[in-house]
Amino acid sequence: MKLTTLFASAALALGLASGAWADGHEKTKVGFVYVGPVGDGGWTFTHDQGRLAVEEEFGDAVETVFVENVAEGPDAERVMTQMALDGADLIFTTSFGYMDATNNVAAKFPDIKFEHATGYKRLHPNVSTYSARFYEGRAVQGHIAGSITESNIIGYIASFPIPEVIRGINSAYIHAKKANPDVEFKIIWVYTWFDPAKEADAATALIEQGADVILQHTDSTAPHAAAQEAGNVAAFGQASDMSAYAPYPRVSAILDLWGPYYVERTRAVIDGTWESVDTWNGIGDGMVGIGEITDAVPAEVKAEALALKASLADGSYHAFTGPLNKQDGSAWLGEGESADDGTLAGMNFYVEGITGDIPQ
Amino acid sequence: MVRFEKRPQPSRLFAYATPLLAVLATFFFGGLLFAALGKDPVVSIVTIFWEPLFGEFSFFYRPQLLIKGAPLVLIAIGLSLGFKAGIWNIGAEGQYIMGALVGAGVGLAFYPTESVLIFPLMVLAGALGGMLWAMIPALLKVRFGTNEILVSLMLVYVAEQFLASMSLGLLKNPEGFGFPGSRNLQQYPSAHNAEIIAGSGMHCGVVAALIAVIFAYVLFARHKLGFAIRVTGEAPRAARFSGVNPSRLVVFCLGASGMLAGLAGLFEVSGPAGQVTIDFNVGYGFTAIIVAFLGRLNPIGIVLAGLLMALTYIGGDIAQSQLQLPAAAIQVFQGMLLFFLLAFDLFTNYRLRFGRSEVA
Amino acid sequence: MDLSAINPILLVAALMSAATPILLAATGELVVERAGVLNLGVEGMMIIGAICGFAIAVETGSPTIGFVAAAVGGALLSLLFAFLTQITLANQVASGLALTLFGLGLSALLGQGYVGIKPPRMPDINFGPLADIPVLGPILFSHDPILYVGLLIVAVVWAVLKFTRVGLVLRAVGENHDAAHALGYKVVRIRTLAIMFGGACAGMGGAYISLIRVPQWTEGMTAGVGWIALALVVFASWKPWRVLLGAYLFGGITQLQLNLQGAGVAIPVEYLAMSPYVITIVVLVILSADKSAAPGSLGRTFHASS
Repeated sequence: MKLTTLFASAALALGLASGAWADGHEKTKVGFVYVGPVGDGGWTFTHDQGRLAVEEEFGDAVETVFVENVAEGPDAERVMTQMALDGADLIFTTSFGYMDATNNVAAKFPDIKFEHATGYKRLHPNVSTYSARFYEGRAVQGHIAGSITESNIIGYIASFPIPEVIRGINSAYIHAKKANPDVEFKIIWVYTWFDPAKEADAATALIEQGADVILQHTDSTAPHAAAQEAGNVAAFGQASDMSAYAPYPRVSAILDLWGPYYVERTRAVIDGTWESVDTWNGIGDGMVGIGEITDAVPAEVKAEALALKASLADGSYHAFTGPLNKQDGSAWLGEGESADDGTLAGMNFYVEGITGDIPQ
Repeated sequence: MVRFEKRPQPSRLFAYATPLLAVLATFFFGGLLFAALGKDPVVSIVTIFWEPLFGEFSFFYRPQLLIKGAPLVLIAIGLSLGFKAGIWNIGAEGQYIMGALVGAGVGLAFYPTESVLIFPLMVLAGALGGMLWAMIPALLKVRFGTNEILVSLMLVYVAEQFLASMSLGLLKNPEGFGFPGSRNLQQYPSAHNAEIIAGSGMHCGVVAALIAVIFAYVLFARHKLGFAIRVTGEAPRAARFSGVNPSRLVVFCLGASGMLAGLAGLFEVSGPAGQVTIDFNVGYGFTAIIVAFLGRLNPIGIVLAGLLMALTYIGGDIAQSQLQLPAAAIQVFQGMLLFFLLAFDLFTNYRLRFGRSEVA
Repeated sequence: MDLSAINPILLVAALMSAATPILLAATGELVVERAGVLNLGVEGMMIIGAICGFAIAVETGSPTIGFVAAAVGGALLSLLFAFLTQITLANQVASGLALTLFGLGLSALLGQGYVGIKPPRMPDINFGPLADIPVLGPILFSHDPILYVGLLIVAVVWAVLKFTRVGLVLRAVGENHDAAHALGYKVVRIRTLAIMFGGACAGMGGAYISLIRVPQWTEGMTAGVGWIALALVVFASWKPWRVLLGAYLFGGITQLQLNLQGAGVAIPVEYLAMSPYVITIVVLVILSADKSAAPGSLGRTFHASS
């Protein structure tokens, strides 16, 4: 019976906690749950840049809090609940593995808004999901890579065989192939998001096998250092700009720009206009950026790349536009047809021309 | 000249006093660290240690202590059996993973059948999975005399790779749009290790931990086997003369610790965590080793140590969010606590003597 | 599939560089274990070395000074372990794990200002015409100085353990500390020095990752290499040359795995990643026939009761 009283008081206090903010405390509180350390220089770092953009935008009107290195599972659920109890009005949960935890906590705090990155579950009206169309950036990258390669071999360091990564490979390949029909992709799966030494090894292996452009879906600058060591190999920044390696080997970059979205959603909470949405923004909405294309890239290639970027941004061109076949030769998209978001979200096949199998 | 002299009997006074001294020393040096980082040391320490237990939202954090502490205690109890006998299983992390995989695998095999028999079957499978994984170092030691410290440690890394393979392959949620990770067992009632009283944090794993503690207590206090374990650890030769079969003891100690670690994994995957993912394991198996030693290999001590560790995790996350202490500072603080607890234990078994040592 | 894309000469050269961090750390740990101490804190000492080396190299502009600082940093951290296990007689397994936890946290704190910076580069040694010798040139004469230092340390450790009095005393302490004490050797002092040597080597191994292999600083960048180094010592059955062999084998498996993937061979990545650990276990079983392999007092606490 002691436990039941405890639970009763808990329910009461939960009610109080979520009711407390309604009568208007002066500051809007925004919480961020990070899966890695803010000093990872990659995924978490870019989300924290977004948090700082919110602070910059609203100044004293908003207070931000964050917890880093939060493991997926019960720890994430606890940290989200703790932020909710501490009076957060809006909580961004920035890892795919937080999906169920986010929805569980959102059920308990119907007045607090939750934003889950890269997931697809919105079980409650106070949950939104958001993600970036990084494949648009990959298209630009692929075009540059295909244009500047001389060995016609492009190395690709992939992390885990999940739709996000496969989509990136396909998009880069399609546009590299358009720029250079002889291009060939060599793909190495490192089975980690973060292991700089292994990324360096993978880059070295690719370079030794003749690749003179390296694309990466992992967050460290290790491949850039390997490219620099080799001398005549180009690479692209991932997540952050990695400008320390510009102008060469880093010739451009894909940037994760969460700031504008975080500012917009925070403003919506302040204005009371927040609604549950599923956002998948690309270059046009400013969630995906293309880092400066350096002078190491020939001027006409740079111009083409910028034109491609502009057409992706204004929506006149879709990165997956037919005719496209799947790897096994079966038809996927007809002439002029563009891929629907459902297929893209669950993409589990290579497009025609890529050799090798997706590991299972 | 200062030297240490072995006490004829471990000091009862110091057995209780050293943990307190260690905590006080940690407060002091941890406070210095927090001050150096520009945070109020008193507020920081109160946030970490007081807030979860007696703060405004302790109704939420106290059950969380059970959720975070239960796997630590369950694993540490198992490890303490072997550690007392000088049998070093440091691969509990691997056994934890295998218990979770086998147990969850059995549950998922029945999806979506509902039956009251499924969860007990999963518990059995989880225990078996952990036990069999621990049997590898046990049998190799018995048969070939290989070092169990190293074999069990190696098997952790094998298990981690196996986990990655399973979450990307066999156990992947067929309705998960290609994302890695299994179905969520929280949404499969027959396989869900739900809280026995909602909001209390009491799930089957907590109950199992309590049973294990009582079992271990009785074993050491009353049972012949407990005596055999103690004698083997303290005087292996004497143990052999008194009829203890060392091989059987190795198999029992490793098997029991593997079983408990496997159970901890199963209860975690079917309850608080909910699903098998690439990053399912968060280091409980290693932390439990520290917990076992902090608890002086004593069942009651392990409960206290497990709760203390859980407290620093939970309080640490609160301090991160409320005071913006970096996660790294919390980690250093935990490290200090462990060092002091380990170092001060000296005074339980030794006394400090001043003056010249007599010639040996 | 195109296996001809794999150049075996470059593969060997790459694996030598990839293996150097574990080679350094494992050689240090070998000395520690030969002295009868099991320090599971290798990962913690490596990451401290990685940040100390990185920070000092950036501040001074000299990678060489960076490596010295890494060795000092690793040794200082290992002193903490030595104090716990040798003076306060704490359990070695628990102390080592606590050391790793502490080292990971401390390195992250120290490294907060160093994210995203490019460190000064350590140039490869210029061997002149030697580097142009076919096959041998790229394998033997195309590396950075620390790689050769690592090989030198292996050779020195081997020679000292085998031929010198210091080595004899160290091994005596590791085999039976009570007997060594009875003979008048300072068990605690010898072990402390061994632990510090292990810390210095691990620190340099860590700095090799942050200054040469990767080179950048990020939290947790050693990503578990320290544990492989621990496995390697056992794999090598506590013999220096076998550490070298094992490091190249471990490094080689990773390199070959990545190269095969690049060449388009469909391989089960997870299962290949398991293989070094499985092989170590098999080696352990084979070695167990030779009872003399492991130091007799490994992991046991020593107290000179008079």
